[in-house]
Amino acid sequence: MSTLEAGEAGRLRSYFDYYLTRGRTQIQVNFQYRVATYMWMIGMLAEPIVYLVVWTTISEHQGGAVQGISTGEFAAYYIVWTLVRNMNIVFTPYGWEWRIREGELSAALLRPLHPLHDDIAGFAGWKVATILLWLPIAAVLWIAFDPTLDPTLLEVGVFSLAIWGAYLIRTMFMSTLGMVTFWTTRVSALFELLIALELLLSGRLVPLPLMPDWAQELANFLPFKWSFYFPIQSLVGDLSTAELLGGLAAQAAWIVILTALTLFFWRFAIRRYSAVGN
Amino acid sequence: MRVLRLGWLFFKLGSLNELQYRANFFIQLLQSAVAVGTAIVVLALVYSHTDELNGWSESELLVVLAIQILLGGVIQTTIQPNMQRFMEEVRDGKLDFALTKPEDSQVLVSVRDVRIWRAVDVLAGAGVLAYAVAGLEQAVGVGDILLFVGLLAIGTLTIYCFWIVIATLAFWVVNVWEIMELFQGIYQAGRWPTSIFPGWLRFGITFLVPLAFAITIPAEAVTSRLEWSTVALALGFTAALFAFTRWWWGFGLRRYSGASA
Repeated sequence: MSTLEAGEAGRLRSYFDYYLTRGRTQIQVNFQYRVATYMWMIGMLAEPIVYLVVWTTISEHQGGAVQGISTGEFAAYYIVWTLVRNMNIVFTPYGWEWRIREGELSAALLRPLHPLHDDIAGFAGWKVATILLWLPIAAVLWIAFDPTLDPTLLEVGVFSLAIWGAYLIRTMFMSTLGMVTFWTTRVSALFELLIALELLLSGRLVPLPLMPDWAQELANFLPFKWSFYFPIQSLVGDLSTAELLGGLAAQAAWIVILTALTLFFWRFAIRRYSAVGN
Repeated sequence: MRVLRLGWLFFKLGSLNELQYRANFFIQLLQSAVAVGTAIVVLALVYSHTDELNGWSESELLVVLAIQILLGGVIQTTIQPNMQRFMEEVRDGKLDFALTKPEDSQVLVSVRDVRIWRAVDVLAGAGVLAYAVAGLEQAVGVGDILLFVGLLAIGTLTIYCFWIVIATLAFWVVNVWEIMELFQGIYQAGRWPTSIFPGWLRFGITFLVPLAFAITIPAEAVTSRLEWSTVALALGFTAALFAFTRWWWGFGLRRYSGASA
């Protein structure tokens, strides 16, 4: 083994160590404040429950199904939704805005590591805590809403990968947006517009087949559905093996594209950055 | 009268302060436009799959949505900023400054802050309401409108009482932020008539978080489906809640020992 290769392997190992330690610390923090974490997760339940109640009402009015989706399938969709939504909570552009305004970024830049690693590892740790805390919530929802869910082993496997794919897509998408804050600190209007677009085209509001055809067509060209609809559907829906594996590949492609975009903008952004604060 | 004069004085002061930041108006305008636009798209989507939701037509549900936006604007303009400031002040002991003033402490903590740009939502809600009423099949009479305005005022009062009751918890539990987050989420349920929810949820958004009194009942007045027994219930509930709120505030205040020097 040449020295170069040894150096490369050592670098990877230290990244691995960093992620593991940062993730583990964050898990401990979230368990320490488990009541706060729980309250917060319960607060987020209002949204899917409202959607579920609305579509259940329509479905029952129409004899048990809307566009071929039965009441029980709606229940399954929105219960799995609650986990996928939690996986989609990442460091937002508001976070970048804060980081720049308060001068936090200056400290982060002094470390021998891109600040993105810290975001990814920290939030990933939080997600592990979230998944564990989610299980009892899922059980209660299961009893309350009686979902139709009968996944195969492959579907469960793809789902457990797809939620992490979703996490990375959303992280990189938000980071790309976060780069905008280097030029302007008033991102809120742009950010909310994109969130609204995402709400409609990701499957967060309704399962995508309920959207008009042109909207579904449009959704195919955007990353949103791969971080929301696809993970849910991989568990709840009846996708073929090709669709399941193809979906994971599409997720991987979007992760690469969005990471490349973030890093591209980062090079210009960091030149614009003038430190504020201590 | 004194209460109103005090409220008006703080309102003027707060407005002057906010008027310095005019760019915020345009940002708020954009944000409100996005929020209202999204809500209308959602409604259109629902009604592309059905023609009625538990007996509510699209125009009728637009009335509910309009009231929810309007009231949301009122909450964000006055109620929420005041309650947030109050809770922060309990934590850092600055509440002492409000308590030592020769005015009713509950009134004072309720009127000190105003975010006038958030009132854009009040106008947006009123606009959507006018549009929705024009689309209704049955005519809306002057009596209906008066009843609606009265019920909306009562509904706003119930929401205010709800916030005071929750915010007063800050005297015991320092961090009640999560409960506030919870309110934000649950408030979205107010866009839909309470009758579509299963029993236990309907009870929750009627009596625990009084969204039914604040949104659905005024909407019933506009869409001519209101029964007098409901009006009586709304009046009785609000009166009882208001009385409880006064007592609860005093009870909580006695717990407060100050955190400053």
